[in-house]
Amino acid sequence: MSDINIKITDREGVVHEVVAPTDMAMNLMEVVRSYELAPEGTIGVCGGMAMCASCQCYVNSDHELNEVTDDEDAMLAEAFDVEDNSRLGCQIQMTPNLEGLEVTLAPES
Amino acid sequence: MITTDILIIGAGPTGLFTVFEAGLLKLRCHLIDALAQPGGQCSEIYPKKPIYDIPAYPEILAGDLTDNLLEQIKQFEPGFTMGERAETIEKQDDGSFIVTTNKGTKHQAPIVAIAGGLGSFEPRKPKLENLEKLEDKGVEYIIKEPELYRDKDVVIAGGGDSALDWSIFLTDVAKSVTLIHRRNEFRGALDSVEKVQELKNLGKINLITPAEVVGILGEDKVSGVVVQKKGEDAFIVDTDHFIPLFGLSPKLGPIANWGLEIEKNAIKVNNALDYQTNIPGIFAIGDVNTYPGKLKLILCGFHEATLMCQSAYKIIHPNKKYVMKYTTVGGVTGFDGTKKEAPKAVVKAID
Repeated sequence: MSDINIKITDREGVVHEVVAPTDMAMNLMEVVRSYELAPEGTIGVCGGMAMCASCQCYVNSDHELNEVTDDEDAMLAEAFDVEDNSRLGCQIQMTPNLEGLEVTLAPES
Repeated sequence: MITTDILIIGAGPTGLFTVFEAGLLKLRCHLIDALAQPGGQCSEIYPKKPIYDIPAYPEILAGDLTDNLLEQIKQFEPGFTMGERAETIEKQDDGSFIVTTNKGTKHQAPIVAIAGGLGSFEPRKPKLENLEKLEDKGVEYIIKEPELYRDKDVVIAGGGDSALDWSIFLTDVAKSVTLIHRRNEFRGALDSVEKVQELKNLGKINLITPAEVVGILGEDKVSGVVVQKKGEDAFIVDTDHFIPLFGLSPKLGPIANWGLEIEKNAIKVNNALDYQTNIPGIFAIGDVNTYPGKLKLILCGFHEATLMCQSAYKIIHPNKKYVMKYTTVGGVTGFDGTKKEAPKAVVKAID
């Protein structure tokens, strides 16, 4: 199985059910970009290096995600609209265990 | 007035390499950048990160790439206006442009090449009512003159190195220093975190965590901030200054107001020819531009810079013919008088 189904709520509150490949080394930010769920220039600005927080999202489901790295933690410490379930989309790799993942994009900052 | 052939806005990799390609065509360059040192993101954000897709470099640190580019263009003696942001552009009757920075430095050139990458790095601003109204009236994002805070009440918000360092520094200057951070943990240099702890214990820093500034008070100048601790009622901290230090964020900045065609936060260019914008004489190269199939990669910026310089030459010298030469054949002649070329074969008769 190389595809997973995830639910992404965009910044307008619209829920998108999308299929994400797990065999293309994609992260959540790249999935959002490839489905154009947020305008170009408003997400993944730093290219996915955990340096801009433009891809911040709230993880609504209870999936076990990879641990927050120091870089991601540092960025979330300075970002806005951060909640307890905040993660950077660029740091969430698409893996089979994320089938059914549900996230909401944080407001543009 | 600084005059040059090609005025390059942005001293990142693409801007720097433009100097080399222009130099081969005997065109002089001057670069403007809002950052204090050249290299753009490579030197400002990730100098120690390796890059793997620069041709002929299996791996190179971003900072080293900048250093190499500076070495490569040294003989073309580029000028630099660093730490200033290109603010306005005016077309002149002779077709040239005058670009003025936020500090008033004027530059004139027949060609302007915007190599601004993601834009200029601006302070990340919290979303607070009254924030912009009170900018420079007590709200500051960068501490330029510490003496401004002498014997004043200061509130700093943020949890990184800047917030820690300035909180420490201002304890010797300000009447009071309050540091507000959303978390109890600080992600700065260990020394700085420990120093803040020590100053807090001594009563020299008023530390409020986990908390956020949710409002600013004051009409003509800042008089206080509203602070919200998790699960508690909001309260007011009286202050003369509010300094939010949440890092930098790239913005297109004043370039967005230059009459250039913008699409998706980038400058549209003619990629079929030479990366010229909708304004003849103004080019956009590297990450700052957009066209069908655009890839934001350093190597694409290098390519775009190379083609752009050929068109710039034709605009500057409309009556001269130019044939592209390989550096392996023609070498590189610098404006500083240096000449690099392949060693000549030794011709010697054999008796």
